[in-house]
Amino acid sequence: MANTTPPGNLLMTTVEKAANWARTRSMFPATFGLACCAIEMMATGAGHYDLARFGMEVFRASPRQADLMIVAGRVSQKMAPVLRQVYDQMPDPKWVVSMGACASSGGMFNNYALVQGVDQIVPVDIYVPGCPPGPQSLMHGVLTLHDKIMSGEIVR
Amino acid sequence: MNPNGEMVLPEVLQALADQFEDVTWLKSHGQDVASMPAELWKPFAEAAKGAGFDFCSDVTAVDWMRQRPERFEVVANLLSMEHGVRLRITTALGRKDPTVDSLTSIWPGAGFGEREAYDMFGISFEGHPDLTRILMPDDWEGHPLRKDFGVGSVPVQFKESHKV
Amino acid sequence: MTDEKTIDATEATETVDLWVAGTEEPQFQPTDEGQQEMFVEETDERLAKQLGSVIDDDYLFDDDVEDDERMIVNMGPQHPSTHGVLRLQIEMEGEVIRRTKPIIGYLHTGMEKTAEQLTFGQGPTNVTRMDYLAPLHGELAYSLAVERLLDIEVPERAAAIRVLMTELNRISSHLVALATNGMDIGALSMMLYGFRERESILAFFEKTTGLRMNHNYIRPGGVAADLPPGWKDDVAAILADLPVRLAQYDDLLKENPIWLSRTQGVGVITQEEAKAFSITGPILRATGVNWDLRKAFPYSGIENYEFDVPVGENGDVYDRYRMRVLEIIESLKIVEQAMDRMPKGDYRIDDRKVTPPPRARIDESMEALIHHFKLFTEGFKVPAGETYVAVESPRGELGCYMVSDGEANPYRMHTRAPSFYNLQALPITMADSLMADTIATIASMDPVMGDVDR
Repeated sequence: MANTTPPGNLLMTTVEKAANWARTRSMFPATFGLACCAIEMMATGAGHYDLARFGMEVFRASPRQADLMIVAGRVSQKMAPVLRQVYDQMPDPKWVVSMGACASSGGMFNNYALVQGVDQIVPVDIYVPGCPPGPQSLMHGVLTLHDKIMSGEIVR
Repeated sequence: MNPNGEMVLPEVLQALADQFEDVTWLKSHGQDVASMPAELWKPFAEAAKGAGFDFCSDVTAVDWMRQRPERFEVVANLLSMEHGVRLRITTALGRKDPTVDSLTSIWPGAGFGEREAYDMFGISFEGHPDLTRILMPDDWEGHPLRKDFGVGSVPVQFKESHKV
Repeated sequence: MTDEKTIDATEATETVDLWVAGTEEPQFQPTDEGQQEMFVEETDERLAKQLGSVIDDDYLFDDDVEDDERMIVNMGPQHPSTHGVLRLQIEMEGEVIRRTKPIIGYLHTGMEKTAEQLTFGQGPTNVTRMDYLAPLHGELAYSLAVERLLDIEVPERAAAIRVLMTELNRISSHLVALATNGMDIGALSMMLYGFRERESILAFFEKTTGLRMNHNYIRPGGVAADLPPGWKDDVAAILADLPVRLAQYDDLLKENPIWLSRTQGVGVITQEEAKAFSITGPILRATGVNWDLRKAFPYSGIENYEFDVPVGENGDVYDRYRMRVLEIIESLKIVEQAMDRMPKGDYRIDDRKVTPPPRARIDESMEALIHHFKLFTEGFKVPAGETYVAVESPRGELGCYMVSDGEANPYRMHTRAPSFYNLQALPITMADSLMADTIATIASMDPVMGDVDR
């Protein structure tokens, strides 16, 4: 048995941890801006708050290239099928952040036009409260999602 | 109003008032309002455009369910940029099959407002080039802003509250 | 392909794929994209009906076009450059857009219905979420309508605070418009700059109203709270900073040949068209119409401030961009005047039937406690009547048609949303233009979908 140790520096980890680490550090959100929250989402991505620090400034226009959907705003009955279709087109593994009160529960608009919570249409991983949530809240939600992914399994 | 209690209309409107006898004029919080029967809706609008009202700000409707004999009221806000005068024109429509002439041939900009009134109240505008639903999905049933259309709210239960 | 059209061997030798310079130019066969149609039975009337509110536009519809040259492209509702959930159905002939139909309603929130459930005092919470880039203007239109029905006048300081806040809001809204306009055309730096400067204004808003957006600050009877201590320093900082930044934007864009070639002569709308289609705001002014509601029908004492109304001449994308930059400069003038001569006094009307008593009075006075309780449970009743009040929002005429039947809730609350009516300009501005200019045109309209769909 000659030289079983490979040369050079080495880090040992599990496949799960390595895969999860890679996923959290290069999340590509789909641009799914709906209402007021979309502006705050854009502000989060812009220079002052700089979402790029967490490896996710690349908002993808195509759902095929995205693995995180930030539902930013109120979801109307007319928009619901579109939202579901966009979600279905995203490749696995995928996550959903429900941003703001309207997306999470319908907010103050408890009426005929709105879906009372986007979790009736797609599974939601993180709810970010606020109306609209400030950029800090959204970033906190995203970091919480990172923790959730890191602690989870890679099979979804 | 002048001291005698008679209404004083701006010059632009006085000419219109002389032209149409069946139109009722009133002042509402400093604004001039002209109410007319539905058949005068389009002729009056044409005359108003001729008198300088080159801009139609808005078309909308009100549902006066059970409060007035004629259930629907169509309201259009006109504006004369030249004279700096606003005019609101209204007409009342019955509960059954409310229909009024479209203003799109006079002011094409009324198109979206009329489509919204059609969508929300079910009021038909004759002569509109594309009278379809604008805000609600095409297969939606009912007209949401009518007073007999429920709010559609779902009961909300909070954690601490009693069971409903 | 029929038999006549099969290419025989002699012809095939003539149509060569390679063309050597200096020789005679060969005739290429046009490509055929195949039959494209939306419905099986496509008739002209049906197509004309799809046009939306556009009528009698001879240049939009060409009878000579054959079916297989026409293609219908759907854009949105989930598209990064449509500013929200706008959907466009575009009929194209090659690269040229012939007709456009905006399809809206994907953000319909039923706010006019919700407004009938809320009391007059709660109403601003609702309307502030309509035009979320200019929330204070929505609140202002609503509050002015209620005040006109109540026949009350707010104190001078309240009016001045309203002017100060709405003009700052106009600046922040136009900054976002410039940012997204730049981003859509490819000037990505503009996006970062616009949002950076907007942060300074939002920080002041957060300090004053408690929220960055959706403030619920302007309420019937005045404003919700007085300006915070040290507000003058914050506003002065904004006033000192923004002109420098605006000069930087001008360096970046004003004479940039790429920006000019992408915006000048693109998306043109004429004065007559703009007036006919009820278009207001910077889009109307870019065509050369000197029309601003702040001058024509002044509100909140804005007639006492000195400012100019910038007017364009060509009505193209570039002029609309210039309008927004110049309006920011004018708004800065108003903000400065409002800051310098902010009157002393109460920030809301001293009428316990409309505005709540000061917090300290509630501990001392039973009457104040009752007033407070009544206001926040039942609300205040407004005499029956109806009125229409319009303010100049960053996007144009933002009107509020308010009907009261004497109860504590509005009987009907309708908002004349500027973006909603301005969208009618899209089919005209985009007709006979190129597909590549679509994005520039939409961005220059600056539609806010929350305002469109409500």
